[in-house]
Amino acid sequence: MRPGLPLLWRRTVERYNLVGSRCETCGTHFIPARNICPKCRRKGKIVPYKFSGRGKIYTYTIIRVAPEGYEFFVPYALAIIELEEGARITGQVVDIHPDDVKIGMPVEMVFRKIHEDGDEGLITYGFKFRPVNEVHQ
Amino acid sequence: MRKVAVVGVGMSKFGELWDLNLRDLVVQAGINAIKDANIDGTEIKALYGGTMASGRLIGQEHIAALIVDAMGLNPIPATRVEGACASGGLALRNAYFAIASGAYDCVVVGGVEKMTDATTAEAVTALGGAGDQEWELLQGATFPGLYALMARRHMLEYGTTEEMLAAAAVKNHANAMHNKYAQFHNPITIEDVLHSKKVADPLKVLDCSPITDGAAAVILMDLEKAKEHTDNYVEIAASAQASDTVALHDRESLTEIRAAQIAAREAYRQAGITPKDIDVAEVHDCFTIAEIMAIEDVGFFPKGQGGRATLDGETKIGGTIPVNTSGGLKACGHPVGATGVKQVVELTWQLRGEAEGRQVADAQYGLAHNVGGSGATCVVHILKKP
Repeated sequence: MRPGLPLLWRRTVERYNLVGSRCETCGTHFIPARNICPKCRRKGKIVPYKFSGRGKIYTYTIIRVAPEGYEFFVPYALAIIELEEGARITGQVVDIHPDDVKIGMPVEMVFRKIHEDGDEGLITYGFKFRPVNEVHQ
Repeated sequence: MRKVAVVGVGMSKFGELWDLNLRDLVVQAGINAIKDANIDGTEIKALYGGTMASGRLIGQEHIAALIVDAMGLNPIPATRVEGACASGGLALRNAYFAIASGAYDCVVVGGVEKMTDATTAEAVTALGGAGDQEWELLQGATFPGLYALMARRHMLEYGTTEEMLAAAAVKNHANAMHNKYAQFHNPITIEDVLHSKKVADPLKVLDCSPITDGAAAVILMDLEKAKEHTDNYVEIAASAQASDTVALHDRESLTEIRAAQIAAREAYRQAGITPKDIDVAEVHDCFTIAEIMAIEDVGFFPKGQGGRATLDGETKIGGTIPVNTSGGLKACGHPVGATGVKQVVELTWQLRGEAEGRQVADAQYGLAHNVGGSGATCVVHILKKP
């Protein structure tokens, strides 16, 4: 699907800053934000939560046949990242050759262009992940 | 609840069928099923239609009304059921309830998808709608990509290899050789799979089910009425369904489809049997890794052993548990909404001893496992020979 303007605008804060939610009753973190905690249900107390953006690669693939609008990036590494708060999220891994991506690799969120809709259409921004230089940690 | 029987089944050819439209496909399947049931169309009191993405693929919604009209069955009620790639299985389950509840004595289930009018890119994008549009697809995920993420974890946690995955595709192509309705009639080797074009590592193009046009239909009847009508019926011994998170990343484990495990457990309970009692199964092999996980999830093999069992030939016809005798989604084809219905068509032929060159000897119980998306919906049916 080619995302429409309202879809992209509506969640810009969450997508640009990795803002989700947290259940204060059980301590579980959610991204995207959930308004109902599946574990605690009515006993849950949900508050907004900004994730640190740091985590580790839980699993990955290299996309070689891309959806419409993503052909320019091929081949690109797509991963599920386990964030340090425990929640997992899907995103691309950049600033590294896709063949060098490994499970367990520490990564951090970066703000990047997600795709362009032609020369005059919308440019979508959001999060991707890049390897953390462990020397500087 | 009343017991339910399958009294007639039929399907269209599966494949790249440029000369046939959605109406042609569904009417072919429907006529075949009505002839097979040896009933008059006026005995059918309701229709349930399974289709996933007709709006995106051919610009046509309101599919159940279109089918009932094309079949000449107006004015019976017609209802569309959608659950991504599990749409067919869900339509069947709703039809099952319509009989079990006593609302109707005889209904028809049709599953259909007309996919090749769209370009491959359009079809891939339409199928992406089964995932989380905002938090998976927008990040650049594809369906092969999501299953590749599962495959990578399965390989890490259980030592599953690309050869083991390939063995599922090789077996399904071999089975499809004996199915005249199948999309592909070409045998392939493990080497062919391993050297085919990479799509989303570790999955190659021959690990993936194709884009297919096709339809399948099943006539259901109250079991007691079915006994009066024919000797050639098959009983639906169980119908079970479960749900999970739409986004793959929200699941605790990526090496199993929990909704499938829960639905299978419930199905065995309803039928009063165990996985060992199943003689033949049709499972949802949209990708080779999906078949490996499926045969573990429904309890045919212990967790992590599905790849080894497949490579060792245990799921071939003549093996301990023949899986996807039709050729599966991989080689019979995957017209998304038709798939869950086609699984029950194949099992009915198997239990009636009519599966020609791919017959499993003395099949008493058959299991159908139909998955929507990356596992957010799963429906399992068990069929029993009377």
